[in-house]
Amino acid sequence: MLSRTAENLYWLARYVERAEYLARTIDATLRVTALPAAYIGKTNEWDSALLTAGVAASFYQTYEEANEHNVVDYLSFSADNPSSIRNCIEAARLNSRSVRTALTSEMWDTINSAWIELQAVWSKGTSTREDLAKFLRFVQETSLRFDGSAYRTMLRNDAYWFSRMGVHLERADNTARILDVKYHVLLPEEEHVGGPLDFYQWSSILRSVSALTAYHWVYRETLKPWLIADLLILNDTLPRSLASCYGNLVRNLDQIGVAYGRQGPAQRHARGIRNRLEHSNMNDIFQHGVHEFIQEFIADNSRLGEIITKQYLI
Amino acid sequence: MAVAFDEMNIPGGDLRPAYQELARWLKETPPEALEYRRQEAELLFRRIGITFAVYGDSESTERLIPFDVIPRIMSGKEWALLEKGLKQRVRALNMFLRDIYHGRDILRAEIVPDDLIFQNPVFRPEMNGQQVPHDVYVHIAGIDIVRVDAEDFIVLEDNARTPSGVSYMLENREIMMRLFPDLFARHRVAPVERYPDELLSALRSVAPHSASGEPTVALLTPGVYNSAYYEHSFLADKLGIELVEGRDLIVKNNEVFMRTTEGVKRIDVIYRRVDDDFLDPLTFRPDSVLGVPGLMSAYAAGNITLANAVGTGIADDKAIYSYMPDIVKFYLGEEPILKNVPTWRCREPKDLAYVLDNLGELVVKEVHGSGGYGMLIGPAATKATIEAFREKLKREPEGFIAQPTLALSTCPTCTASGLAPRHVDLRPFVLTGSKGTTIVPGGLTRVALKEGSLVVNSSQGGGTKDTWILDE
Repeated sequence: MLSRTAENLYWLARYVERAEYLARTIDATLRVTALPAAYIGKTNEWDSALLTAGVAASFYQTYEEANEHNVVDYLSFSADNPSSIRNCIEAARLNSRSVRTALTSEMWDTINSAWIELQAVWSKGTSTREDLAKFLRFVQETSLRFDGSAYRTMLRNDAYWFSRMGVHLERADNTARILDVKYHVLLPEEEHVGGPLDFYQWSSILRSVSALTAYHWVYRETLKPWLIADLLILNDTLPRSLASCYGNLVRNLDQIGVAYGRQGPAQRHARGIRNRLEHSNMNDIFQHGVHEFIQEFIADNSRLGEIITKQYLI
Repeated sequence: MAVAFDEMNIPGGDLRPAYQELARWLKETPPEALEYRRQEAELLFRRIGITFAVYGDSESTERLIPFDVIPRIMSGKEWALLEKGLKQRVRALNMFLRDIYHGRDILRAEIVPDDLIFQNPVFRPEMNGQQVPHDVYVHIAGIDIVRVDAEDFIVLEDNARTPSGVSYMLENREIMMRLFPDLFARHRVAPVERYPDELLSALRSVAPHSASGEPTVALLTPGVYNSAYYEHSFLADKLGIELVEGRDLIVKNNEVFMRTTEGVKRIDVIYRRVDDDFLDPLTFRPDSVLGVPGLMSAYAAGNITLANAVGTGIADDKAIYSYMPDIVKFYLGEEPILKNVPTWRCREPKDLAYVLDNLGELVVKEVHGSGGYGMLIGPAATKATIEAFREKLKREPEGFIAQPTLALSTCPTCTASGLAPRHVDLRPFVLTGSKGTTIVPGGLTRVALKEGSLVVNSSQGGGTKDTWILDE
């Protein structure tokens, strides 16, 4: 297939995934900030939301204060923030238009009708909490619909694999970014101070990767920070864990390798990351420093993106 | 201006045969039902994303072309005549182009003046002596046809460069069949759906000699911001060929390749929807980012076929248009079946004098204009506009032609105040490959939705209709 088509499919999937993740982050932050101050401590959760979205620096060029109004606006509706939900949807629609021939009509319809629907939101904004909640739900549902139509209607060929790679790479990045910002509340030394304060932080983390229920099913335990870290990093049964994302990335890259009859640096690099995740346990990770581990992962993950681009997309 | 020819009603109250069943159906169908279907059609268009961009329109970058649900109907007999005339005209266009870029017999015979060719910016000296497979220059032609009476078909304009609109012909039919299955059951409408197949086989038939047994065809688009982008992606999809942009292509050793995820792959035929000027920055506009550097040298080496060929603009130029009847006679030795609109060439002093004296009655067009821009419709223009145009004409007479204001035929059309006659034209699409010329029965009917308006261009508020040729 055309390199540009593959590139568009890959980024299309990333934009949709990112829009959903932003919606989840805002949703989780709204919940935690609605609690009385005694339950969440002095950290500014809206500031954390900006950090996990990776847009704190650009935010403070326009705004003075990271409060609900400003951050929701910047992450959702801002035309100036290149990774706002709005710009993700716009970019997804533009990419869809340029690869219409590679999309199934169901996928196109999902993106196009969401785009049409959201034009009204862009021009009017959301005036009430209820409107905002509806909007955030709509964005998440759009992503589910898009993912579902890809899964149910696409031919299982390189177009599908490139699109899935976009999903998993973006997902891994998002999960790692939450861990990067919140790692300090997951450190085991703080176990003994883990009062109600941390409990709400932990549940908020799980909520932003839609894993709160999953946690209880997997561990049958009350919330424990090291188990949360274990779930998000190493548990490959959780679709948003780093291990699961890399299991999928390796599989997709192998499928492409088989179809094209040749492997390359992308396959090797992805396998390297997957092996490291497979052979790690939380004890070692805590011993060597969660923060260092996560930062290394973020760098490795974005390196994989560059290698894939070089090998296939240009 | 004469009274327009009504395609449905005969003066005196009778109906033309082709419209009888439709008239009966319209009588049975309540107006609300039509309005409901119209809204449904619009929703479908928007969801499928059948939109076009209007340049210089910042408010809405993507617009729908209004779709009128009342079909425009022609009898099989009328179509047979039109089809014959179209084939004749396109044959002549191809022979004219072959001649202009080779022997130039027609110039020696003094049928067409030299300077009209050589001083014309759309003449491409790069094409002199260039062989094109099977001598086909215009693989896809869109000939704009109007009617003023029951007997004649008149060519308003030849489009021999990158004519657009065929996706509307196909989508309009799809949507009509979805909305009005009962109406189709009551008519025998000739199908149009084999157009993509015929286009693909025409394109494959003109592959260069150096191509493999299964030539690779691609559609070259300027990209998503082009006004006809939807059509480009639609056709690529229907033909099952790659939709490429200039940046997807590279030229190596005078062969053209596309960049794929598995390395580069040679292509043999490019159905290009990019204008000559932007095709190759090394030959034409150096600032073009839409083109492919080196494409023209691969073309000269005979390793790639461009459809349509480069330099076809010289055949559909509005200044050349007035010579078309002579061109048909010169190459084919036949009387032209399709008529021309009488045309005054403002470059000729006698004609100019007449045009200046009668501006209020005439339509004046820029020789190099398209899309209905930059033209004067005398009877509809204000005094000030006419005077401004008079100055333009005096300053640069060779840039204009003038024609009488034609009373374009009308068809019943949905309007805010019920069904009413509106002016229409027709663009059939004529395909030419190595095995000759084919035309899918029908074409794109454009309709001027404003009462009394004669401008059918979508960029100026025109709409479209499904066009039915009855199989009798």
